[in-house]
Amino acid sequence: MNYKRLTILCGHYGSGKTNIAVNMAFDLASQRDNIAIADLDIVNPYFRSKDSEQEFRDKNIRLICSDFASSNVDLPSMPADLYAITDDKSLSVIMDIGGDDRGAYALGRLRPAILEENDYEMLMVVNKFRPLTPDAPSTIEVMREIEAACGIPFTGIINNSNLAGETTTEDVLGSISYVEKVSKLSGLPVVLTTVEESLYDELKDKISPLFSLKLQKKPI
Amino acid sequence: MADKILMKGNEAIAAAAIKAGCMHYFGYPITPQTEIAAYMAKVMPKIGGTFLQAESEIAAINMVYGVASAGKRVMTSSSSPGVSLKGEGLSYLAGSDLPSLIVNVQRGGPGLGGIQPSQSDYFQSTRGGGHGDYHMIVLAPASVQEMAELTVKGFELADTYRMTAMILADGTMGQMMEPVSIDDLEVKEAPEKPWATNGTKMAREHNIVNSLSLVPEELEQLNFARYDRYKVIEENETMYEEYLTDDADIIVAAFGIAARVSKNAVDEARKLGIKVGLIRPITLWPFPKAPFKKAAEHAQAFLSVELNMGQMIEDVQLAIESKRPVTLCNRAGGMIPDPEQVLNAIKEINGGIK
Repeated sequence: MNYKRLTILCGHYGSGKTNIAVNMAFDLASQRDNIAIADLDIVNPYFRSKDSEQEFRDKNIRLICSDFASSNVDLPSMPADLYAITDDKSLSVIMDIGGDDRGAYALGRLRPAILEENDYEMLMVVNKFRPLTPDAPSTIEVMREIEAACGIPFTGIINNSNLAGETTTEDVLGSISYVEKVSKLSGLPVVLTTVEESLYDELKDKISPLFSLKLQKKPI
Repeated sequence: MADKILMKGNEAIAAAAIKAGCMHYFGYPITPQTEIAAYMAKVMPKIGGTFLQAESEIAAINMVYGVASAGKRVMTSSSSPGVSLKGEGLSYLAGSDLPSLIVNVQRGGPGLGGIQPSQSDYFQSTRGGGHGDYHMIVLAPASVQEMAELTVKGFELADTYRMTAMILADGTMGQMMEPVSIDDLEVKEAPEKPWATNGTKMAREHNIVNSLSLVPEELEQLNFARYDRYKVIEENETMYEEYLTDDADIIVAAFGIAARVSKNAVDEARKLGIKVGLIRPITLWPFPKAPFKKAAEHAQAFLSVELNMGQMIEDVQLAIESKRPVTLCNRAGGMIPDPEQVLNAIKEINGGIK
């Protein structure tokens, strides 16, 4: 995938943003130096980018993350080095934004700098198997809520439709018409379809572009 | 079969409650159960239901009391410290014989504790939670699908026996995502509630819902009647899962997330030739005494796996009348035992038997 300087991942909570962010950071690290992953989730203290901290260190990826993420301190807080994302133009950053419009509020404070620099992709991660986004109109509704909260318009869509470990290739292929409808209604391109690595080989000739996800190990 | 969707345990509870005809939800946010409230906030306004974020947990449980008095299905949810705040309301609901569903997605305690998963409210839940002689029906799911199924079951049991049913989950069960089918859930028609304070329409006497009873002879009779009902529940509504128990020398007892961990350990131990099985209580009250009693006839030792300092272990000891040794394998404060820890505990007991 071709990355802008900033890749911003938003979506309904539980849509898979964090897993995609972690995998994108690894992918980007294979292309460029000076990579950061920014975990700006102020909503969910449970499953966080920070859970992959060791792997980031091994791959020389900077983690911009609140000290309280994945800790027992249930505090909606921003990282101390938040402004490195917009101030340090030598960094390439994958940004993992918290779920729904609530999570996207946190992004709002970076809006002026992001829009001024204009070297970003703002991607909506969708999963048609999630309860509140089963069809295109409901997905568009969540997109509009997120845009209103952070003030940054989306530039593309990532189709991450999955049923966790029970996902079949048919499930993924069956989600294409859904995401095409989302694309048509929003006027935005589907920039990626993401699948768990075990499904990748079977689908790589059928869906393009396809991105393989190695699932982040959960802390339990 | 209807299409599956990918849900968090918390969302599955909320969706199943709505499917069960619960149109009224009152709550106050607390990690790790906030997704229940978030789901209700999104969906209830669209279907003409009530979502209300109360000013406190205490307010929320008393709103539940009000709707339950009117005979409608109603729920609230919280996590450990918040459920303690609801304690008074739980007692009043019991004293007024009102049906309702309460969800406790447990976190580590005591006090404000932490936000990671725990099972340390076992005593609080199975012994009542508030003051006075009473019980709640306590249901312990071990998968996201079961979160949904037991929510429906909880409403049905609550209505049938005019009492509170509690879903006792933990932070992991609330947060984990699994495919689940909500459309396939079977919901029985809610029973008539001739006692409800829903308007006389000038056609009947006033109904009174109240937990105050100042004549001791009468209050005693109310308590007797309630405990007669509890006996019926103990006989008819006990639920549990047995896994490889038939020939087992060692029985592992575990519920919820601890049972999932334990099942893996049992499988590993079987590969090593250790005859071990698992009993997973699904109702924590009433506690499934019968399978434990039966297992104690051939099993020589029991192991209770819990995310607390050893609470259910007492019910296991009571169920088998302390005829066999019961050992505890546990983590606390938000930690989860891993299958290896449970396997080691099984091996140790097995060594002792030999």
